[in-house]
Amino acid sequence: MLICGKAEVMAEGQARPGIEDERQSAMRIFSLAPAEALRSAAQNVNKPAYERLRGPETGLVMLRGRTGGGGEAFNVGEATVTRCSVRLASGEVGHAYILGRDGERAECAAWLDGLWQNPATRATVEDRVLAPLAAAIAAEERTVAAKSARTKVEFFTMVRGED
Amino acid sequence: MYVAVKGGEKAIAEAHRLLAEDRRGDPDVAEIGTDQIASQLTLAVDRAMAEGSLYDRGLAALAIKQARGDLIEAIFLLRAYRTTLPRFGYSAPLETQDMLLRRRVSAVFKDLPGGQILGPTFDYTHRLLDFDLESPGEMPDAESFDADVVHGTVPRITDLINNEDGMIEPDVRSDPEVEPDDLTREPLAFPADRSLRLQALARGDEGFLLALGYSTQRGYARTHPFAGEIRFGMVEVEFFVEELGFAVTLGRVSVTECQMVTQFRGTPTQPAQFTRGYGLVFGQSERKSMSMALVDRALRRAEFDEDLVASAQDEEFVLSHCDNIQATGFIEHLKLPHYVDFQAELELLRKIRRGQDERNAAQEAAE
Repeated sequence: MLICGKAEVMAEGQARPGIEDERQSAMRIFSLAPAEALRSAAQNVNKPAYERLRGPETGLVMLRGRTGGGGEAFNVGEATVTRCSVRLASGEVGHAYILGRDGERAECAAWLDGLWQNPATRATVEDRVLAPLAAAIAAEERTVAAKSARTKVEFFTMVRGED
Repeated sequence: MYVAVKGGEKAIAEAHRLLAEDRRGDPDVAEIGTDQIASQLTLAVDRAMAEGSLYDRGLAALAIKQARGDLIEAIFLLRAYRTTLPRFGYSAPLETQDMLLRRRVSAVFKDLPGGQILGPTFDYTHRLLDFDLESPGEMPDAESFDADVVHGTVPRITDLINNEDGMIEPDVRSDPEVEPDDLTREPLAFPADRSLRLQALARGDEGFLLALGYSTQRGYARTHPFAGEIRFGMVEVEFFVEELGFAVTLGRVSVTECQMVTQFRGTPTQPAQFTRGYGLVFGQSERKSMSMALVDRALRRAEFDEDLVASAQDEEFVLSHCDNIQATGFIEHLKLPHYVDFQAELELLRKIRRGQDERNAAQEAAE
């Protein structure tokens, strides 16, 4: 048995250093970016020649939660997910898995993942696609956090009596 | 004797045409778009997703439109649609402490770290009809906000209080972790463990769980609940991809989580501590997540050696009846032709009456 705290959760998330970690971060940005933002940012780079290896196809992923937030896993319900895998003419295989049913979006994220893996095009993808998307996502997060923060309750303490 | 005949096809086609006409409503009124449903009837969409057990705002909006706003019919459509899709796998458990919070309140600690964030809530509204909404209005004023607020990890209240002498039952995980059972793969069997019960409750009917939760408050298996924390917001979903060898982020989903803190228990080896009930639901639904948490706690009866005195504690009763699609199916099947069954019963009744008449006649003759 294991009593769970936040420290372990953090440790799990930080287990993989290096290039895989960087690719994971890049793929996260492709997934979190709104579809329109991804499409428009993708136009900042030259679309490579590629062949589709799989999909785009839509399926289901069963989402899990944890009892009490940190205990045993349980199944909450499914979500639609669209995945796509492509092979660029330069050889890289790009993958994408994104919530929803937008095949074009998943295909776009897959070839961007392929371009990112190629050392010759990685910097371009990072500067022209990932950087603006990451900034847009961060701005949206700040907006949500700031709008919520305006509804934070500020308690006043009443002083009663002489003491 | 009734003889079954064919001939319903034309009537059925006409009934469906009439249904489509009623769905469209007055042709002089603009047709509602699924984008309007998805962005303006958000809580209806949330409920359809939660009980349809399928997170997809666009599909839920379409289902609601097709069902003419009948949410159980919409849930039925979503449940049917999911069976047409392949299953890619299971996500990593959602990390709710990393939620991008839109609301977070606690009824047990006023000054909890991270604060009380009211968010978009009906609470504190006066529940007076707002006739301004009858005519299209302006957008609410764009608010100014502090751009320096950053989103970070906000610990759940149950983890915060646990730092103080284990006053609340902690979360416990097996090591190694066990794969939870999945209702969508295997039929429900009893006794069900807590993971399976939570899955059934997460997709259970809100009204049914609301009534059961309410019954526990009124004394049918009382658990003395406190709303320890309720939070609503967006969480990232991670999914381990075999061909990559690492987990990818699929995107964000909105969920509501309720930590109910309930009646304390102790054993000779364990000092008394508060027990807990848990609720986690797709979308924004405090009513559902709170009800779920109350029922989850009541169903932990055996764990805490509590007497079975009420329906909310009876897992077979609760889990067999909380699914509104199963319930609808069985209730509404009564509309299907039962002509032969009914004829048989009618014949039996006639026989009983004939027998009774004969006995009465014999008795009269004897007197």
